Amino acid sequence: MATKNIAGISVDVNDEGYMTNPSQWTEAIAKELAKEEDIELTDEHLKVAKYLREEHEKGTVLTIRKVGKSGLVDIKGLYKLFPGGPLKKSSKIAGIPKPTSCV
Amino acid sequence: MTEKKEENPLKKVCIICAKGAIEDVYASLVMANGAVMEGIEAKMFFTFFGLDAITKKKMNRLHTGTVGNPAMTMPGGIPFPTLLGMLPGVEAGVSAMMKKQMADLDIPPVDEFLDMITAGGGEIYACKLAADMFKLKKEDLSEHVIDIITIGDFYALAGGDNTQIIFT
Repeated sequence: MATKNIAGISVDVNDEGYMTNPSQWTEAIAKELAKEEDIELTDEHLKVAKYLREEHEKGTVLTIRKVGKSGLVDIKGLYKLFPGGPLKKSSKIAGIPKPTSCV
Repeated sequence: MTEKKEENPLKKVCIICAKGAIEDVYASLVMANGAVMEGIEAKMFFTFFGLDAITKKKMNRLHTGTVGNPAMTMPGGIPFPTLLGMLPGVEAGVSAMMKKQMADLDIPPVDEFLDMITAGGGEIYACKLAADMFKLKKEDLSEHVIDIITIGDFYALAGGDNTQIIFT
């Protein structure tokens, strides 16, 4: 377990850069994490990130299908927001653990 | 699980689906979807009975074989007698149960799975030889099928460094 200084805050991360304590997350951190993935964070990204955080808190196993049915964004839109990693990159930016689902 | 950083990562998978049982088709679909979700290019080629998975009238009515399948067990792990699998309705019942178990894991029906794969940039092709054999035309197939092509055409799409061909 390591800590990393993101947006001036010391946060716990694992060796892949996923935050291990979701409660340390802030929008400023999300912006920095997005930059690491070459993503310019917009309100659209934040909406998805907040949705993922809420679902994660409820203990939901997240899938791109679930996000696609959230009414926030369809699956095509999700790929556009997080190119090359719709669920992994969005989870990372949302400060929640790496997704464990295959769909 | 911790992901090892691969220095020379996989860039493209070409998946050939030649069988039409639920488990064969879903293995192909999960691999293709898993690829696009990781930013890996995916191209699928459906041939022989695998064509059922992209045939409009059949794609959501796939079955699993209950005869001659040694891995099959009843709920609770008791071996599933092949003789039982021959009875009318058993195959349909087992197939329905498998679909229910997959739905519980948020695995979609075949048509929706194809929506997901193509939304991520995956490409779907049908085999010309098999389509001719089963007398299927493009209009019989899912709207996601880009074209009916020969295996040679498919190989032409399978070039490039770090590309793998997977056969199921």
